[in-house]
Amino acid sequence: MQRMPQWADVVLIPLISLLLAALLSALVILAIGENPWAALKLMVDGSMGSTYAWGYTLYYATNFIFTGLAVAIAIHARLFNIGGEGQAMLGGLGVALVALYIPWPHWTLAILGGAVGAALFGAAWAFIPAWLQAKRGSHIVITTIMFNFIAAALLNYLLIGALKPSGSMEPATGRFPEATHLPTFQDMFSTAETALFRGAPVNVSFFVALLACVAVWALIWRTRLGYEIRAFGQSESAAKYAGISPTRIIVVTMLMSGGLAGMMAINNVMGEAERLVLNAVEGAGFIGIAVALMGRSHPFGVLLAALLFGFLYQGGAELALWTSIPRELIVVIQALVILFTGALDNMVRMPLEAMFLRLRPAPKPARKTEPAE
Amino acid sequence: MTHLAKFLGATAALALSAGAALADPALIFDLGGKFDKSFNESAHNGATRWAEETGNSYAEVELQSDAQREQALRRFAEAGNNPIVTVGFSFMTPLEEIAGDYPETNFVIIDGVVDQPNVRSVVFNEHEGSYLVGQMAAMASESGTIGFIGGMDIPLIRKFACGYAQGAKAVNPDITVLSNMTGTTPAAWNDPVKGSELTKAQISQGADVVYAAAGGTGIGVLQTAADEGKLSIGVDSNQNYLQPGSVLTSMVKRVDNAVYDAFQAGENIETGFYVMGVDNEGVGIAVDEHNEALVTEEMTAAVEDAKAKIASGEIEVHDYMSDEGCPSLDF
Repeated sequence: MQRMPQWADVVLIPLISLLLAALLSALVILAIGENPWAALKLMVDGSMGSTYAWGYTLYYATNFIFTGLAVAIAIHARLFNIGGEGQAMLGGLGVALVALYIPWPHWTLAILGGAVGAALFGAAWAFIPAWLQAKRGSHIVITTIMFNFIAAALLNYLLIGALKPSGSMEPATGRFPEATHLPTFQDMFSTAETALFRGAPVNVSFFVALLACVAVWALIWRTRLGYEIRAFGQSESAAKYAGISPTRIIVVTMLMSGGLAGMMAINNVMGEAERLVLNAVEGAGFIGIAVALMGRSHPFGVLLAALLFGFLYQGGAELALWTSIPRELIVVIQALVILFTGALDNMVRMPLEAMFLRLRPAPKPARKTEPAE
Repeated sequence: MTHLAKFLGATAALALSAGAALADPALIFDLGGKFDKSFNESAHNGATRWAEETGNSYAEVELQSDAQREQALRRFAEAGNNPIVTVGFSFMTPLEEIAGDYPETNFVIIDGVVDQPNVRSVVFNEHEGSYLVGQMAAMASESGTIGFIGGMDIPLIRKFACGYAQGAKAVNPDITVLSNMTGTTPAAWNDPVKGSELTKAQISQGADVVYAAAGGTGIGVLQTAADEGKLSIGVDSNQNYLQPGSVLTSMVKRVDNAVYDAFQAGENIETGFYVMGVDNEGVGIAVDEHNEALVTEEMTAAVEDAKAKIASGEIEVHDYMSDEGCPSLDF
């Protein structure tokens, strides 16, 4: 039963959650003796005030779009993939192997090769949990999170052994060859007189992420497979009755989910670091969960939520640079947003629903063309 | 400085951006954070000492992720901070990349070498300092077995272990030197529990002096050695005070001096390759009220003698990183 107009679900609840998180964060900043208003200004300025700042915000957002889409697509089949972290790590491995061992003539081919390598490795990492879920009923939440640890251990092993150039101190691969370096926004948009996006890591993979959003939207709402995925997610027994194979849906959905998470590596490994370092993902796989929840599993929502988290990350970095707010508290602020938008959804939803229920006799607000499930 | 003033300063720094030089020096810590009681903290101490003595201010940042290394370097450079001091070898790659973009800014990297005209690379002869504490360990040991516990297994830490073993064997050729590494990832720098387990294992094999070169992990080593009534040796900062009466000495690596010198030199800092060894007080041993009862006169004499001989070149302490091998210890 629809108790609330769509726009309230899509816009109002995230907005109220955000305001609550911001309010609490302000109290935290106040409690350590800093000025919350100045901190907010610094965050906004540092993440949106210049092309440079946007360059970082969009770089982080690109990561979150990929991992957010990965979680979102799985949610449509009622699968909770919390293994995005591990799948993105393996994606990094795929990119590194492709970039290091295949001589690419040009970056346009290298990014295609890198994306395929990343997606294959990420998908392969999601395959085993998917198969175990489909055939053995092993819960996907447990298996995917376990696979995160296995992925971390595997990367440790490779980065201190086979992939590390000898004599190097860091657990990291050597630098990728010049031909695989992706053009950054600085290369693309700067003119001779004005340097835009100077030094920012955002690169051409941002557009790949946007394409991925469109592709996921088309897949879920415009194809037969997408219909099957949604049907399976709504009711497994009904889907079975309609002749949809649960095994096939679980495995295929998880392969796509893992592939999307893995593709994040073309941004952070190929685009930014240009080598594979230990812990290259840095929690983006987990942020993806919050992004998907906040974006209501819709690609457009994921895009907006990813931008918000990009803002939080870049703003947080600016706070660390220019204030004496300790980095631990910046993590607390980021966590508060995740807590309110992800975990405490019902805290806002229930009173709102009650309010709308009381307003029911009133004429229903016009249905917006806001995209929704 | 009030918080408000700090914020005004911060926004001013943002507004000024490139061009105008604030000329405040800046310090960027490694991921371990500035209060690691060891390497980063030593850098922090050097910076605060400079700030107190001169009354000037400096910018600093603790990083959350690897991607922020380059970001912090660029932000400080664009805000006009000069010189910018980075702590740790992980800054080698980003610094290599960006130093050319800011030819007006001078950078300092501690523990790494970056071959750029505007970078001062400071490296320490840790093997020489470790040689000195190795001598002391061998003289203090009654069992004829001493231990070494490293953090992450990288050539730099093996360099500590190798010098330590060579020093110990110079005093007692028959001594047994046990060596363990905490791990192979950066997490090994901050795992005091594992450090404590390794210490127990080495003590059960007969070690009665344990040298920790393991960052935050060393806290567990020092603690366990004290609990078991054995001796330990601290590293980087003077850690004698952590377990008074049980820390034989600390192999101090004067990261604080390196930072202090860089800040003192200001924007016209001399760049190039800088080695801090026994001869210029870059490494050495710490003696204070917490360990003077443990340090005998023979030890002091031996250390002073070795210092002079290392400085004159009469004793050559093997540097593991020169050939990735160690004549006095097997890993």
